[in-house]
Amino acid sequence: MSEKIINLENIHKDYGGKVVLDNLNLYVRDKEFVTLLGPSGCGKTTTLRIIGGFETPSAGVVYFDGKKVNDVPPNKRPVNTVFQRYALFNHLNVFDNVAFGLRIQKKYSEGEIADRVNRMLKLVSLPDYGDRMSTELSGGEQQRVAIARALVNHPRVLLLDEPLAALDLKLRKEMQRELKAIQQEVGITFVFVTHDQEEALTMSDTIVVMNKGKIQQIGTPTDIYNEPKNAFVANFIGESNIVDGIMHQDKLVSFCGRQFDCLDGGFAPDEPVDVVVRPEDFEVVAPEQGQLVGTVKSVLFMGVHYEIMVETEHFTWTVHSINYADVGDRVGLFLTPDDIHIMHKS
Amino acid sequence: MIHNKPTRSGRLLTALTFIFLYAPILVLIIFSFNSTKSRTVWTGFTFDWYIKLFNNDAIMTALGTTLLVSALAAVIATIAGTFASVGLYAMKRRPRELLLQVNNIPVTNADIITGVSLCILFVFLGKFLGFELGFGTLLIAHVTFNIPYVILSVLPKLRQLDKNLFEAAQDLGCSWMQAFTKVILPEIWPGVTSGLLMAFTLSIDDFVISYFTAGSVETLSMRIYAMTKKRISPEINAISTLLFLVILALLIIINIREVQQEKKAAKKH
Repeated sequence: MSEKIINLENIHKDYGGKVVLDNLNLYVRDKEFVTLLGPSGCGKTTTLRIIGGFETPSAGVVYFDGKKVNDVPPNKRPVNTVFQRYALFNHLNVFDNVAFGLRIQKKYSEGEIADRVNRMLKLVSLPDYGDRMSTELSGGEQQRVAIARALVNHPRVLLLDEPLAALDLKLRKEMQRELKAIQQEVGITFVFVTHDQEEALTMSDTIVVMNKGKIQQIGTPTDIYNEPKNAFVANFIGESNIVDGIMHQDKLVSFCGRQFDCLDGGFAPDEPVDVVVRPEDFEVVAPEQGQLVGTVKSVLFMGVHYEIMVETEHFTWTVHSINYADVGDRVGLFLTPDDIHIMHKS
Repeated sequence: MIHNKPTRSGRLLTALTFIFLYAPILVLIIFSFNSTKSRTVWTGFTFDWYIKLFNNDAIMTALGTTLLVSALAAVIATIAGTFASVGLYAMKRRPRELLLQVNNIPVTNADIITGVSLCILFVFLGKFLGFELGFGTLLIAHVTFNIPYVILSVLPKLRQLDKNLFEAAQDLGCSWMQAFTKVILPEIWPGVTSGLLMAFTLSIDDFVISYFTAGSVETLSMRIYAMTKKRISPEINAISTLLFLVILALLIIINIREVQQEKKAAKKH
């Protein structure tokens, strides 16, 4: 494992009594792609701005390479930022936008600057765009210029504040792939903020799920998706069915009026729990073969699969299946132990 | 129902309005070229009054004062107003709205009230600090009434900026001052220059406030007023014509710039 480059310890932030970040502890390793994921108002952007130096924490310490940087202004930090609305300089052309940071440093000759800027424009697939004004570019092109403008300075860490939010779906997918490729090519740590769980899952090495100023779970995309720590994470990452259950003993849970084998343990005897089942984990079977039996209430065609709402005695389940079922059909639902995820009530 | 085609009566009304507005000025301009002092009978074309005008020391001195005070006041007010706008822009919404209302009071307030109150203030302070009404107080007065107009022209430009622009500059290594001079100022420059032109125009144009604050110093509009008190000479027509044309030219420049900026902004989206 590589060294920790950023370390946030016990970070607290409030605006006039309104708590935005509550005892946040987080570290970022060198060359890692970390995503801060959460609904709007969860504190993810504030966390990013604290790392960038645009906000100071009300309490707690920010470390960079082990050194405290709480009072270091943004222009003295080894980070660069890609802002949500790009924040390009409209009075400058593309070349001068990208060259801006290098020129401020006054360490490079114009020749070196031209070299680095052109290499960077090539990296973001905008060679020969140097003479254009930023106002003549499309959203996706502006986005690339913003990335080039930040990366050309070789920051230790690149901060990205919902950089793809303003792009249309197709372009967003394309940029996701490209961003990931760029990150691997330049080998710079990325801290990425988004509210889009799919984006987080496809791009990140590590995902930090946040809600109401608190970290809910930190883990790899696979961990977060397969082993959500609580109902919030389960619900926010992908779709989930969440029902009340009772954990009788290790590996035995009951919900919806019957007992199921599961893989979880470590709960108090007969502890009330949240039971989470992903829609795609159900197997739709004949009624007599199902552990749960219900009636199909609605069917939606989603492209790859159908989204089927199955009403059982205790709960209406969202089920994703590649097989069609008719509204009104009686169907059985079958679950294996690893389809069932048990969470402490929060 | 609003008709798109102008009706005959509508056209007539518009024509009448413009005649009422501009006929006096037109008469003034025509008679500035009249060869005798008559203000009723056309007796022949001449440039005499203009020549006389440029040989009139009192008028030339007043013109010099006006240009100097207008230029200085415009520059000072533009600098102060631009920084004030940056401050206002950075404020929270509520105090900003309040201050903007205060800023707008001098704009809508009667000039005579601004003039008299400044006069009283200057006389009062002058007694303690040992100065008299003169060029200094005139300049301060002009700066004072120009600043709100500069703010009104600069602040909207700031508001149009990407809210992260300043931070982006800092992020790329700028200190506060570098971020301002290298990024913010170039981006709001059209607003700053419009403010400067507006302030300059208003200063040249001003009579009432100057009258109360200039002491023994005389601006061009004050000179014209003084001339009307004695026997009216067609020189007044000539100087008024020139003043009118200068202000008209400045206003046209300001308007053309505004249209161009709107076109530019429209292209952006």
